[in-house]
Amino acid sequence: MIMNGAEAIIESLKNEKVDVVFGYPGGAVLTLYDALYQADFKHILTKHEQGAVHAADGYARATGKVGVVIATSGPGATNLVTGIATAYMDSIPLVAITGQVAVPLIGRDSFQEADIRGITTPITKHNYLVKKVEDLPRVLKEAFYIARTGRPGPVVVDVAKDVFAASVDYHYPSEVVLRGYRPLFAGNSETIDKVCEELRLAHNPLIFVGGGVNLSNSAEVFRELVDQTGFPVISTLMGLGSLPFDHPLFLGMVGMHGTYAANMATTECDLLLGIGVRFDDRVTGLLSEFAKKAKVIHFDIDPAEINKNVLAHIRVVGDINWSLPALVQRVKGISGELKERAQAWTEQVLSWQRDKPLQYERDPNLVMPQAVIEKVSQLTQGDAVIVTDVGQHQMWVAQYYGFRNSRSFLTSGGLGTMGYGLPAALGAQCGLPARQVILFVGDGGIMMNCQELATVANYNLPVKVLIFNNQTLGMVAQWQRMFYGGRYSHTGLRGNTDFVKLAEAMGVAGLRVTKPEELDNVLKEALATPGPVVVDIRTPEKVDVWPMVPSGAGLDQMILGGAEG
Amino acid sequence: MKHTLAVLVENRPGVLTHISGLISRRAFNIESIAAGYTEEPDTTRITIVVEGNEIEQEQVVNQLSKLVDVIKISDLTAVESIQRELALIKVKATIETRSDIINIVDIFRASIVDVNRETMVIELSGDGAKIDALCQVLEEDHGIIEIVRTGKIALARGPISAKAQ
Ligand SMILES: Cc1ncc(C[n+]2csc(CCOP(=O)(O)OP(=O)(O)O)c2C)c(N)n1
Repeated sequence: MIMNGAEAIIESLKNEKVDVVFGYPGGAVLTLYDALYQADFKHILTKHEQGAVHAADGYARATGKVGVVIATSGPGATNLVTGIATAYMDSIPLVAITGQVAVPLIGRDSFQEADIRGITTPITKHNYLVKKVEDLPRVLKEAFYIARTGRPGPVVVDVAKDVFAASVDYHYPSEVVLRGYRPLFAGNSETIDKVCEELRLAHNPLIFVGGGVNLSNSAEVFRELVDQTGFPVISTLMGLGSLPFDHPLFLGMVGMHGTYAANMATTECDLLLGIGVRFDDRVTGLLSEFAKKAKVIHFDIDPAEINKNVLAHIRVVGDINWSLPALVQRVKGISGELKERAQAWTEQVLSWQRDKPLQYERDPNLVMPQAVIEKVSQLTQGDAVIVTDVGQHQMWVAQYYGFRNSRSFLTSGGLGTMGYGLPAALGAQCGLPARQVILFVGDGGIMMNCQELATVANYNLPVKVLIFNNQTLGMVAQWQRMFYGGRYSHTGLRGNTDFVKLAEAMGVAGLRVTKPEELDNVLKEALATPGPVVVDIRTPEKVDVWPMVPSGAGLDQMILGGAEG
Repeated sequence: MKHTLAVLVENRPGVLTHISGLISRRAFNIESIAAGYTEEPDTTRITIVVEGNEIEQEQVVNQLSKLVDVIKISDLTAVESIQRELALIKVKATIETRSDIINIVDIFRASIVDVNRETMVIELSGDGAKIDALCQVLEEDHGIIEIVRTGKIALARGPISAKAQ
């Protein structure tokens, strides 16, 4: 069928079953926006391109589908950079379609020209510059395929302005032919046998789950593995939700702000089964001390993750939808034996958990941030889609919200992007209109993209925004308190911003909590309100996230602080 | 230890930037890199010499393999291979010194590709050490004006190609 490049993009989006795109128009994408208009394609107009890309990311994390974002050339495209890098670090499938100046103008420093392909090369799984309209269908087919398969990630498709208008005889390819890209599903099944042998030798085995289980939708089979082996489980930030928080074998998050039991178990285990993890430095602490008594078995789809940070004794490379079922199959016959051998160890780690649980100071006169999270957890029964920004509140949510479901915790883990939360929450709500989406955000982070409150209002997205208003850049201030002699250089936020008024000005209802006794009712009111709500929660300024492993120390060197058992 | 990698990539714009960007971002120790067309018009072959232990070498291969435009990587370190570098050396040469230079060139089995009243240009292909040695002699005895060297290129002996390996 003959159509122009812009229409070819819309057709391709339909072929990829894309139901919504996020974006912001401009000169280079006028023709594309005209095609969106004519096709009546669902498009969410954010207030900033950064908002659009984080929204597409939140949509992708919540639904498991590819998120799509559109921006114009130059500043439109460069405004996507933080969001693309955020998605890249957390392996989130995105396709970003950017306009580029027309082919004859490329390379001449033309108006609104930026080499977005060059700029995004280190932060994309792959990227394209399309200069010929005939290439467009194939490139889009490849872009979606690359974004979604293997280890997922963002793909940028930069399209020259004249390509949108040029006409093409449209055929969407049915298959992708890429000589250099063949994501593997099944790996070597002999390695699974070897893993089994190691499981039978271990006395202190530990399962270490990461974001890979959420990303690959394999929580169910993962839970089966846990139940069949009876091994205790620790999780990364990104792995939360893979196992229900109240599972009897779950020790919580490991790492810099991990639980006592999780960090000690890592230090003491003799076999560590890393599943979809990448051994980030926030998890390992001092690398030479990390799990140094253990043999490490590493399951990952990306061969480049093996031996990158931690040496693996056995590598299981492949999709965990292949490796985990294969392992569960083999473990079934030896389940009783494994449980018996690990029994003493399991009792020990569970006693660590009992003796030194997460704890915080409870002051009847203050609204403690951890208490707010516990309350929300209780009110939602751990069943909401929880989004955070970055900072202390993010760590407290990881510690105190009782996650039950996979893909129910959306947070910028790898890049730690402040300003991520609000747009990601709106994207998640677009993808899951029937679910309760709750954002926890600091008074610092909300101001980095607070313009998206207007988007939330415009589309009446019922996101609940809980601002932990501690008048400070809490996480940075904590480091200043601990390591910089309490010199609070530029972390005080004592300003005059009224978040209730801000919300109202943008068309969102605003509530406030200043005293502990108000918390319950205000939270209930917020959650019961059909539309979007902002709650300004006044939390104390100097509260620390505990436990904490100082940077450069081993996990067992954690300071328990207020969490002293 | 040094590893010589034959990297087959799609012959597309941006591929070399992708590869060199990845190498610098991941702080890999690359000694040389040489790219050129191959027997297939849509394929470019890049020979990369990396310095590092086994683990670092494996990381280089795994990270490069992740690039969508990288079709195949084969490690030529362990196989018998022919390895060559090419150098062009412009050396000071008067009518009096020419014959000595010609002698040196003969000893090294190099060749003279340009002559004028003040200089000669010498071409030598071989392994890096041999080129170093020639350069050293020429510099000490006659003075070098400029040198240009390619990175190393390598091909396995025997019938099997990198693509089929
Ligand atoms: C874009 C960006 N800039 C700076 C930082 C560094 N940073 C990490 S946490 C933090 C403080 C966040 O303060 P706030 O949003 O109030 O949350 P809190 O820590 O108080 O919960 C800062 C500045 C970051 N992660 N991202």
